[in-house]
Amino acid sequence: MMPLPWLVVFLPWLGAVALALAPPRGRLPALVNLGVAGGFCALALGLLGAEHGVQGWTRTDAVNLPLVALSGLIGLASAAFSAATLDCERFDGLRARAYHAAFQIFLGAQALALLSDNLGVMWVAIEIATLSSVLMVAVHGTPSAIEAAWKFFVLCGVGIALALFGTILLYLAAQPLVGQGDPGLSWGALRAVAAHCDPGILSLAFVFLLVGYGTKAGLVPLHAWLPDAEAEGPLPMSAVLSGLLLNAALLAVLRAKAVVGLHPGALAPGPLLVGFGLASLLLAAFALWRRRDARRLFAWSSIEHVGLSAIAFGLGAPFAGMLHLMGHSLVKSAVFFGVGAAAQIKGSQKIAEIGGLAASHPALGWGLALGIAGLAGLPPFALFVSEFLLVAQAAARQPWLILPLGLGLLVGATALIRVLQALCLGEPTPDRPVPGGFALPGGLLWATLPLWSLLALAVLLGFALPPGLAALLSDAAVLLE
Amino acid sequence: MSFGSLPYDIAHLLGGAVLLMSFVLLYQRRLEAVIGAFAVQGALLAAAAFWQGFAQGAPHLYVTALLAFGAKALLIPLALRIALRRLGLHRTVETALGVGPSLLAAIALVGLSVLVVLPATAGQAQALTRENLALALSVVLLGMLMMIARRNAISQLIGLLSLENGLILAAIGVQGMPLVVELSTAALVLMLALVAGIFVFLLRDRLATLDTGDLARQRGEGEAP
Repeated sequence: MMPLPWLVVFLPWLGAVALALAPPRGRLPALVNLGVAGGFCALALGLLGAEHGVQGWTRTDAVNLPLVALSGLIGLASAAFSAATLDCERFDGLRARAYHAAFQIFLGAQALALLSDNLGVMWVAIEIATLSSVLMVAVHGTPSAIEAAWKFFVLCGVGIALALFGTILLYLAAQPLVGQGDPGLSWGALRAVAAHCDPGILSLAFVFLLVGYGTKAGLVPLHAWLPDAEAEGPLPMSAVLSGLLLNAALLAVLRAKAVVGLHPGALAPGPLLVGFGLASLLLAAFALWRRRDARRLFAWSSIEHVGLSAIAFGLGAPFAGMLHLMGHSLVKSAVFFGVGAAAQIKGSQKIAEIGGLAASHPALGWGLALGIAGLAGLPPFALFVSEFLLVAQAAARQPWLILPLGLGLLVGATALIRVLQALCLGEPTPDRPVPGGFALPGGLLWATLPLWSLLALAVLLGFALPPGLAALLSDAAVLLE
Repeated sequence: MSFGSLPYDIAHLLGGAVLLMSFVLLYQRRLEAVIGAFAVQGALLAAAAFWQGFAQGAPHLYVTALLAFGAKALLIPLALRIALRRLGLHRTVETALGVGPSLLAAIALVGLSVLVVLPATAGQAQALTRENLALALSVVLLGMLMMIARRNAISQLIGLLSLENGLILAAIGVQGMPLVVELSTAALVLMLALVAGIFVFLLRDRLATLDTGDLARQRGEGEAP
């Protein structure tokens, strides 16, 4: 019997094969996609109860299990949204096949990236996730989609290459202590010997891993691909890219940090992360004021939130960081569903052409408004709690940090509130629906249901954290410290 | 196992030759010549992998050598040549940074990588591993330089591929590096090239040019309304 974590990875990949081979007939592929995502979600949630330990190249521990469960939930919600809006995308047969297969390959690959114990396997998984998401970005084939995909592909290709160099260096540092072969790249083995490794090589390795995986995580100044990529491609793609890929990449940085941080003589990884995080937060907070395209705006907001998580982890507040990562994934995916549905109704993703949603489509408009308020850090969502914890920790450890942190949070939040008003309140702009949109029975309901469910989960995460999950997150904080 | 002087010299020679080809890539003015230089670099990389396999007594490196030779010395250059011929592209290399400045920058980058790697690894590791790593990092940085300094999509792609050559050079130089990494790298480079190839063809369809400078116009934000 295959270990459960392997099943979590292989199920979507099997689904991808089936979706690539099956003839696209009517709604069947979208429903199969939904079914496989449902199975993936069930397995990922089931994994929460599994024992912690190592199974070959994968490991289950307190750090990755919550993130895997999260990816199951977001994967399922995205597949549901995808089924509801598939007709809006107007795919031909080949594109529909490529899109569905790439979606499932992506789900499996990012789960493998989260679960892998072996840094080499993690690298391969992130590479596969990148390739499949490049395919999803480019699937429409319009000039702007091609440009976004090319930029994404080239920048992330360089990033991934640098991460591999860092991985090789990390092995070189550990090699005299762990010997040759697979254990040299195992995260557990590396942590066990890190304190006795050569500090020079460890520092060099961390710099390469940070720059390499940091590119994928969208940290400034390596973020240039992210807004372009998220503004193009099918709607559900933005949700999984923002909600899942960034987490997997940031986790890779954190795994490296947890190894390198154990050696007192090596470069201290915390201040570097805080620096990258602050740059991301401040640049993104100001950039939010100048966006005219709704999907780009929320891509910039992802950069802001990844920056905030990086600050939390760098500062040594991993509990706040984990909570922030998870809260951001839930709320941001929900907001992308709302923006996606609105863009289909209004026929444009320009902020100026979407307006007054709360009056014209109350369920969608209010959901989107709540989601944007959540992103701005307002209660009752998890991001409020995590930002509060982060500011409190910053005040306790590095009081000077309060100033730039507060400035970034405030500027970003006000920009988002302004967008909230523009999109959801005020006079409705005329509807120009994309032909064929929301053809499922129930129409818009299928697009708003995933939005509201993710928002509900984000509230739960913030104010009614189940004790089991809270214990898991506290354990994770110890592992990442 | 210990390195006698001959295995050391040959490994060093091959690593140096791979780096030399990175310089050759930078001063070509015609795309065919760039592709040719890349093929030679691939062949040299395969030879280096083969030699390391022999010297370290690690037979799995022969597989890496074979894959590198098949993919980088034969398949990818052939595919790029066919693409070039079929598409009837204009075949000169458009530079964003001239050849002279590129070469100067390249020399500076090699100096940088030597200065970074050698002191950092001073405590440990054999001389061969350290110097091999410095060579590999130079190849990686030169690949990045090529991506920045050239505007043509094919040249940029070759820059990325040559960057990956540097990674493989690093991986084979470290003794006992698990097989996973080499095999996956080799397989993934091929995939990267395939995906990139698809892009190049699509670009051709849509824009009738491979100059990525023209793509800047397509950025989604657009003009102010």
